[in-house]
Amino acid sequence: MINIAIAVLFLPLIGFVVTVFLGSKIKQIYFFENIIMFLSLAGAIILAFFKLSSFGDTTISSEFVWIDLGNTPLMGDIKITLGIMLDNIAVMMIVVVMLISFLVHIFSIEYMRGDPRYNRYFAYLGLFTFSMSGIVFTHNILMMYIFWELVGLSSYLLIGFWFEKKSASDAAKKAFIVNRIGDVGMFIGIMMLYNAYHTFTFDEIFYQISIGNLPFNSEFWLTVTGLLIFAGAIGKSAQVPLHVWLPDAMEGPTPVSALIHAATMVAAGVYLIVRIFGIFTADAMLIIALIGALSALIPATIALTQNDIKKVLAYSTISQLGYMIMALGVGAYTFAFFHLITHAFFKACLFLGSGSVIHGMHNEQDIQKMGGLRKKMPLTYYTFLIASLAISGIPLTSGFLSKDGILAGTFAFANLTGHWLFPIVGFFVAMLTAFYMFRVIILTFHGEPKNREKYEHAHESKFVMVMPLVLLAGLSFFFWYTPNPVNPNDGWVLSEWIKAPELYTPESTRYDFMIPDEEYISHIGTSSEMMYSEKYAEALHAAHYPAMILSLLMAGLGILTAFLFYQWKKISVDKLAERFKALYNWSLNKWHFDELYDATVVAGTVGFSRLLGAFDLKVIDGIVDGAASVTRGFSSFIGKFDNIVVDGLVNFMAYLSGFIGLIFRRFQTGKVQTYLIFVLISIVLLLFLFKSF
Amino acid sequence: MENSLLLTYLLLIPFIGSIVLLFIKAKKENLIRYFGLGISVITFLLSLVIYFNFDSSNSSFQFVHKFKWIENLNIHYQVGIDGMALLLLVLTTFLTPLTLISSWTSINKKVKEFTFFMLFLELGMLGVFVSLDLFLFYFFWEAMLIPMYFIIGIWGGQERIYAAVKFFIYTMAGSLVMLVAIIWLAIHASNYLGKFTTDLVELYSVAPLFDLSIQNYLFIAFALSFAIKIPLFPFHTWLPDAHVEAPTAGSVILAGVLLKMGTYGLLRYNLPLFPAASLHFASFMSILAVIGIIYGALVAMVQTDMKKLVAYSSVAHLGFVVLGIFAMTQESMQGAIIQMINHGLSTGALFLLVGMLYERTHTREISYYGGIAKLVPVFSFFLLVVSLSSIGLPGLNGFVGEFLILLGSFKSTVLNSWWYTVFASTGVIFAAVYLLWMYKRVVFGKVINPKLDDLTDLNKREIFVLVPIVIFIVWIGIYPSSFLNVSEKTSDKIIEQVLELPKAELK
Repeated sequence: MINIAIAVLFLPLIGFVVTVFLGSKIKQIYFFENIIMFLSLAGAIILAFFKLSSFGDTTISSEFVWIDLGNTPLMGDIKITLGIMLDNIAVMMIVVVMLISFLVHIFSIEYMRGDPRYNRYFAYLGLFTFSMSGIVFTHNILMMYIFWELVGLSSYLLIGFWFEKKSASDAAKKAFIVNRIGDVGMFIGIMMLYNAYHTFTFDEIFYQISIGNLPFNSEFWLTVTGLLIFAGAIGKSAQVPLHVWLPDAMEGPTPVSALIHAATMVAAGVYLIVRIFGIFTADAMLIIALIGALSALIPATIALTQNDIKKVLAYSTISQLGYMIMALGVGAYTFAFFHLITHAFFKACLFLGSGSVIHGMHNEQDIQKMGGLRKKMPLTYYTFLIASLAISGIPLTSGFLSKDGILAGTFAFANLTGHWLFPIVGFFVAMLTAFYMFRVIILTFHGEPKNREKYEHAHESKFVMVMPLVLLAGLSFFFWYTPNPVNPNDGWVLSEWIKAPELYTPESTRYDFMIPDEEYISHIGTSSEMMYSEKYAEALHAAHYPAMILSLLMAGLGILTAFLFYQWKKISVDKLAERFKALYNWSLNKWHFDELYDATVVAGTVGFSRLLGAFDLKVIDGIVDGAASVTRGFSSFIGKFDNIVVDGLVNFMAYLSGFIGLIFRRFQTGKVQTYLIFVLISIVLLLFLFKSF
Repeated sequence: MENSLLLTYLLLIPFIGSIVLLFIKAKKENLIRYFGLGISVITFLLSLVIYFNFDSSNSSFQFVHKFKWIENLNIHYQVGIDGMALLLLVLTTFLTPLTLISSWTSINKKVKEFTFFMLFLELGMLGVFVSLDLFLFYFFWEAMLIPMYFIIGIWGGQERIYAAVKFFIYTMAGSLVMLVAIIWLAIHASNYLGKFTTDLVELYSVAPLFDLSIQNYLFIAFALSFAIKIPLFPFHTWLPDAHVEAPTAGSVILAGVLLKMGTYGLLRYNLPLFPAASLHFASFMSILAVIGIIYGALVAMVQTDMKKLVAYSSVAHLGFVVLGIFAMTQESMQGAIIQMINHGLSTGALFLLVGMLYERTHTREISYYGGIAKLVPVFSFFLLVVSLSSIGLPGLNGFVGEFLILLGSFKSTVLNSWWYTVFASTGVIFAAVYLLWMYKRVVFGKVINPKLDDLTDLNKREIFVLVPIVIFIVWIGIYPSSFLNVSEKTSDKIIEQVLELPKAELK
């Protein structure tokens, strides 16, 4: 098992290395990458099949020592291990990742044809797939972080793939940096865990928490640690307030948007929370739910007015991820992960569908310039329609099941805790979602073409592009997940594969309903549904059908409004926009998040840095140069002093002796008689002097 | 097999090489180039012999060679290495031939003098890392300034004289304070030992017994000298000038090896000799380090000259090393040592790359470039890998160092606060900002400047210089244990010397 996992993990890396280095030499090397991808997919399916069929709930893991700092006399043994863990969640996730990655590879063969860096593109896809598998397989949070950064790199490379465009290279940089902001929070959270437990391994961390060993021995810090790690998820899953990078990331090739920025990488944040779900306290969960709710709501309101087909889908992705995060925050763990899977398929289908449209329309992305494409691109249309029905939560689709589960979860949560905000947001967003998706469908595929010329040239895409669409649309139906189209719990995905999460937090920090009660404990083993306590089970059960009917109503309302607005034109959209101009512009301008950040954080940092730069040059270096010039000044003073005073004194002495010599020279006449007179005078003087003693 | 003469041979090869070089006619430039390269390659090979004969399970100094040098003052020639010195030693011998190859065409005046100074410089650097006698150490420490002074002053850019003089006097001022401290240390130690000696191993045993006040003064004097060399904020302003003006080879050696001497000095002298003072100043030094991390990164962000940007990034990176040293945990200390190597590789490679671009266009202004990914894909590839390594992307070397340092400083009982780590972590964001921003402006976009049209991609020689560095960047990133194992015992020992020795004496 572990060997298969290792093969699945490293095959895409081989694909990357080979393709990136031979890319410029062998033109057909992309084919190799595609074969590798096929093998990885096969491996993933085999892995999942064996794990789910014959290992039950046992977790298989294997680790090795990555860094061994040895046995130190003062600090004990320090070992940092990396390793692989295979549980149901991981193998399901890897199949999703590999399947979508494979389909995107196939789709790209045609979509990217003619690109000057064709092989490079496939190499990057391989790098991404490798990094993503690392996130999925990891058994410890450090390795999660390592691959977390690596998917960030592949995302950077692929967003900036058409780097000649300024917008693309800007978007790539923005994505990397915004993600890093979240990642630093996550990193600090990881260090808090390490500081408390001296390990990065999930199992050991969970065990320590479950025996009441908390970071800094306080429940408050456990909450903080959880939220810091959640910061990483905010960045990667593009949650408010760090969501601004994802719409810009649409500068990347469309298949990349499908794979990375819709189905898999952005779901990594959700996956992270799923992995460590058991360590979140009630306080942390409430904040997570709040962030999720905001991220579901705000982008949904933005998506209403966007005209770029990919931008609509991008905001829709944030909104759906917000759903999942909110679901985790309210404790609807299984439905969050279930929605992750269903969303991955139908959102990939939508993105690839938009790619097919953009390809067919020769790089036109503005839905206002499309229309009537249903006739030209029937397969794209129908698959897009099915996926849209799924995201809107219409019966018989997978999205209906998972979204209903989440909404029921928020309903039950509100019932138990009184936080009614979450179901209200949830249902409202369900309506918005249905509306904006059908707005896209009607504007793109229905009605009359707005641009005749482009329409005339439009064509259905080739088989390799349509085939993934059909497959993904097929996966958006309910029967893959459950035989009962109205109850997901009847299917094996929810009843057998996604198991109730274990909780490790002290009971005093949990919601009441997350503390197992006696009735529930007596039921364990007989009920297969995911529950925390009998109380919760009842609340969820009671919420199931009301939530289903209400969500259906909301979706129907959204779709109906879209038809009224755009298909039948009973209500003039332009007039409405004119009437609520402020609201319309607020949505059109994306709540001015970018402008706000540019004016505050970006301008602030750059301004402060310029100030520091000047400070460095003028003050710090000024002091150094100042010290130098003081020294020089002092030296030149000393020099002058030396020149004038000291040397002056010397010269003066010389001058003086010269002067004296000049006087005495006169006595040197060279005549004996003069000398004799001097001798005589001297003797007389001396006699006179000595006489006095 | 442990041959105690190996280190002496290692010093003799560049020494004799540089002397012999003087007898070659200056006109035979190619002969001189090959000769210099040959000497440095032999030095490298010998350092590999030393590397493979080194016993990393042994914490004491190895390959020790000792004889009396100045009889009256009891000064010895004494050399020997531990794991940390070994890593830096190999880094030095590894980078020197690469820099010589990199300046094959860019240095075309006074080739003989240049090669001579490079070999002389290598001798000085190796001497610093192997010295086990304070006097000998000081001798090499100062000797190394001379060739660097000339390399900047003769082969440098426009403002080379200013930069060279600033470099020389600034570092000199610091070292003179250290010289006074060395003499004071030796004299004071003679009260304990009964004789005047500058033997480091003997001083290790008595210096920790000094009064705290004396330790503090000595610590400050040593630390000042090292802080200038590192350079620790606020003693860093010589660095941007020196880097910008120095020729590529000078910048590479400066960033790759010279700066490490400061942090090496802290680990070799300050911590083990003055443990009580080290603990006393740990917070202060760490605060300076953290300021340096953020400050260096922010100032780097707004530079318009690529070399200046990289120079300021060094201030930030070395800040991490200093933080790791003074956090004094096994993780952080090991992280600091590996980060010294990492910085040598990544920043060395960054300077090489900027130099290669400069050789083609004669400008380092970021705004001059744009869109060169299309013109020079190979160059862009290398620049990306090296930038990512400098940013600290997992899988490449920079991550390992920063990660261990932050991890260690977080749990450090010496610093006893995790705010250091929190602030230092923000440096990780800024590193991404300034490097990716530069990368975007230089490499991405459309080619706007028509002068760039005939830009040529890296030639085989240049690729040959970069590939070995990139191999190590990846190797350390993926499996750092091969290198961490070498320095493990060293950092164990230093931590023990700081945290345990004073305690033992107090009992």
